[in-house]
Amino acid sequence: MVINNLIEIFSYSFMIRALIVGVLLSFCAALIGTPLVLRKNSMIGDGLSHVGFGAFAIASVLGLAPIQFAIPIVIIASFFILQLTESNIIHGDAAIALVSISALAVGTFIVSLTGTNVDINSYLFGSILSISNTDILITVILTIAISLLYLFSHHQIFSITFDETFAKSIGVNTKLYHLAFAVLCSIVVVLGMRLMGALLISGLIIFPVLSAGLFSKTYRSTIISSALIAILAFLVGLIASYSLNTPTGATIIIVNLVFFIILKFSNLLSSSFKS
Amino acid sequence: MNLIKCQNLTLGYDGHPVLKNLNFNIAEGDFICIVGENGSGKTTLIRGLLGLVKPTKGKIIYDRLERNSIGYMPQETRVDAHFPASVFEIVLSGTLGQKCFKPFYTATDKKIALQNLRLLGIEELRDTSFADLSGGQRQKVLLARSLCATSKMLILDEPSNNLDAHSKAELYRLIIKLNREFKITILMVTHDLDHDNLIGDKILSLRGQDFFFGSTKDFVRRLHGH
Repeated sequence: MVINNLIEIFSYSFMIRALIVGVLLSFCAALIGTPLVLRKNSMIGDGLSHVGFGAFAIASVLGLAPIQFAIPIVIIASFFILQLTESNIIHGDAAIALVSISALAVGTFIVSLTGTNVDINSYLFGSILSISNTDILITVILTIAISLLYLFSHHQIFSITFDETFAKSIGVNTKLYHLAFAVLCSIVVVLGMRLMGALLISGLIIFPVLSAGLFSKTYRSTIISSALIAILAFLVGLIASYSLNTPTGATIIIVNLVFFIILKFSNLLSSSFKS
Repeated sequence: MNLIKCQNLTLGYDGHPVLKNLNFNIAEGDFICIVGENGSGKTTLIRGLLGLVKPTKGKIIYDRLERNSIGYMPQETRVDAHFPASVFEIVLSGTLGQKCFKPFYTATDKKIALQNLRLLGIEELRDTSFADLSGGQRQKVLLARSLCATSKMLILDEPSNNLDAHSKAELYRLIIKLNREFKITILMVTHDLDHDNLIGDKILSLRGQDFFFGSTKDFVRRLHGH
């Protein structure tokens, strides 16, 4: 019965595309999300998704390919946020808010001004029907890039995440890593927006890390657990959304939330037993 | 033999000098306590010596010492006490140095990390999570990490902050041992002028306009006005 249902679900090519992109993106989001959440920069994903929304809207008005247009725009926005924060012109979260809200406003303004019939809902909440073969290709390249970055420099990433001043003092090129993370995070956000929507994509970056942090004792186990939780929550969410006929992005986030609540509850239980 | 020479050193941010025209030398084997009130420029001086802030005037000359091979130990509050990392992961990160890509730690890196854990008496904590440690243990872990980065010089930023008297005495005993037995040059920031904290041989005082660099004895004599 269950197997028959699964066979039926994945008999559609759009579901196969969503499965491939979703699993790879969940993996990438967890790897990118771990340092961001641990450095208390969780909201950068949310900020960039608003910029992505603005870029998608403008691309639709101009008749351009949304992903190819949005990726460079979001990367530029992430550099701009980095620059604002580093130069102390505007501090952390305020810099994110400034850039993201402005981009959101510009996108909405241009869409309403031109009167174009843009499906804003699919940008805001995602649509698995919109995932194309190009998305799969870009996601595979992104996954390879992030995997290589982690393979060759996960110790440096750990050092910067734990204590950036120390990392700088021993000669780790922190600027280079910030730039690499800004680029990769931007691509994760733009690709994830198709699946999850601008309002929900940051959940894919934040929730699995928060859940993993409830029981992980080492950095390595936090990263591995985040990736596994992210993939599992995506798979459960995707199947549940098909079966219940609910929006995919929202269902995946609800599954993530349920995982978090279960882990938090068992964490509290085990702490009270120990004490 | 001098390790660092500061000549007419001026440090500051965004064109505003915090420290002006400092002249002092750090010799091999020195144990210098940097004292001064909050905002006197202690942290700026440390950041300057670590190469994180560029001098706006004057210069810092490193002699027989690579700038990046100074072991730095931040204030305990500068790192997240609940960070999910094992003691060994943190201490090993001190061996990273300038290598851009390092997929795996070498056997030598692991040996150095273990030696330093043993030296500070925390070898049994190697697999413990940083979040499960006491304040004193966390400080020792950060000290072990900074030792992995150097065999010559340590810069310690208020290492005894938030420690109880026992943990503080234990940490100071280890720091003195590193200086006397292992000949590691130490620069230690402290804001407390209490005698117990002035454990170095020399004092670099940044209190107000009154720059002082000399022996601890002379500083104490001057402090008490005789």
